[in-house]
Amino acid sequence: MQHWWSLKLREAKNNKHSYILLAPYMVLFTVFTVVPVLISILLSFTYFNMLEFPRFIGWQNYTRLFLEDDIFLIAVKNTLLFAVITGPVSYIACFVFAWIINELSPKLRALMTLIFYAPSISGNVFFIWLMVFSGDRYGIANGFLIKWGFILEPIQWLKTEELILPIIIVVQLWLSLGTGFLAFIAGLQIVDKTLYEAGAVDGIRNRWQELWFVTLPSMRPQLMFGAVIQLTTAFAVADVSIALAGFPSVNYAAETIVTHLMDFGTTRFEMGYASSIATVLFMIMVGTNLMIQKLLRKVGE
Amino acid sequence: MTSSFIVRKKRVNRSFWGSFSLFILLAAFGAFMVLPLIYAINNAFKPLDEIFMFPPTLFVRNPTLFNFIDLINLLGNSWVPFSRYVFNTVFITGMGIIGHVLLASAAAYPLAKHKFPGKNFMFTVVVLSLMFTPAVTAIPTYMIMSWIGLIDTYWAVIVPAFAYSLGLYLMKQFMEQIPDALLEAAKLDGASEYRIFWSIVMPNVKPAWMTLIILLFQMLWGSDGNGFIYSEQLKSLHYASNQIVQGGIARAGAAAAVALILMSVPITLFVFSQSRIIETMATSGMKD
Repeated sequence: MQHWWSLKLREAKNNKHSYILLAPYMVLFTVFTVVPVLISILLSFTYFNMLEFPRFIGWQNYTRLFLEDDIFLIAVKNTLLFAVITGPVSYIACFVFAWIINELSPKLRALMTLIFYAPSISGNVFFIWLMVFSGDRYGIANGFLIKWGFILEPIQWLKTEELILPIIIVVQLWLSLGTGFLAFIAGLQIVDKTLYEAGAVDGIRNRWQELWFVTLPSMRPQLMFGAVIQLTTAFAVADVSIALAGFPSVNYAAETIVTHLMDFGTTRFEMGYASSIATVLFMIMVGTNLMIQKLLRKVGE
Repeated sequence: MTSSFIVRKKRVNRSFWGSFSLFILLAAFGAFMVLPLIYAINNAFKPLDEIFMFPPTLFVRNPTLFNFIDLINLLGNSWVPFSRYVFNTVFITGMGIIGHVLLASAAAYPLAKHKFPGKNFMFTVVVLSLMFTPAVTAIPTYMIMSWIGLIDTYWAVIVPAFAYSLGLYLMKQFMEQIPDALLEAAKLDGASEYRIFWSIVMPNVKPAWMTLIILLFQMLWGSDGNGFIYSEQLKSLHYASNQIVQGGIARAGAAAAVALILMSVPITLFVFSQSRIIETMATSGMKD
């Protein structure tokens, strides 16, 4: 054992340049990502209001969260609904559109990539949807529906409980062709061209078979990366919900785990309780991601 | 009539109806993606009576620069001048990008090319951090910021951006494809690891720089201070724009103008760096 340690130590000494190059990044990464996760888990077992020293209270935050906090259950339901819909839909959309765009001529391909990617990098421009779905006659949605005679009175899109979630899902999808989409575009371009020719010789008859038997298996690494990106975004819905539906939203119709966390963390200063919400979200996100990675590893095997 | 004029090269067994239906799908969703942006651009040039016209229009009829003038007047009269918000955002974005590209590249080099104890562990932790949202760590991060005295300074936004994990991940994956022979040759010539990093590795990963730059740009340009900045004179353009948007009907024109300014910068940046970003993304895959 002692031998093993001295061996490792010598190895580390020989690589001191590597550690020096890594140090600045890793120190900041530890301070601003690793340590906060650990503190958050610790705080979730305490009562903490930022003024007094945290007091250990065991599992009380968690029992309160799941047994007494009805709004948290709404938030979990909404978050899972967003994740289950926008996660897979945006993932498939990223791939399908990357796949169609990849068949275009280079100039058209660059243009279509820009069009699909632009919403996700345009910052807070999603508030344009406020004007599309505004509750008066001047909003695009109401304006055209009235003009064409489908409705007589403007609809209060963002104040009607049943409409809030679908609208947020639409906007979230509009924003979701981001890094994952680019990874797929890039991945499709480097698929070995000889594989397609070999496939044609082996009797691949149409584009769908080619997609299934050649393209998808050779893109597994990008597919796994894209899954992490899309899934993480799908679970983190908050900004769009707050911008469109308000904070808090009508009857908590658009409450998500992240907005619930913000409610307790920044409005009520119940930091211990907020930390337990953060820890639950952390577990759900990392757990789901690892599970999906395991599934995707099987693609094409 | 075939679709060959849009198709790069005819490959095996492409049915016409297959191409046709995919083309329709692409056109429909393309319209869904681009129409709100076109609407946003047009709104910026609409006189106020056109923004509130019934029935609403997508395209501007009598284009005017009135909204931009209104925006400048509006912000000229505010307590903090408009130029200050612009400076804050440019400073935060610029510093964050420089620091991140340097630190993430320096860390990516040993992770991609060296073998040492702890390497796999460190990279695994970085990959795990891609799997949750920063909201999870917001409270402890705030506490840490206040312990080291970063609250209400530019650095509260800049320093955490240095250690953005997606940037390190993409840089490391991209560096792996640099041929080892290149590095070995430099080592034989007596170059130190730092020298190899700076004069051989860095020039070879320019496409990845561009990618890190645009990812960070997108994050910092749209940052509203993350709740760490209180002083009005330190706040960002994005924050100022949110205030205008909340101004309602009277401010709808100025809000449209500021939205156009905010969105045009990242989009322009992407137009010029698209090919290099795609090159980087080609290596983004996760290996088993």
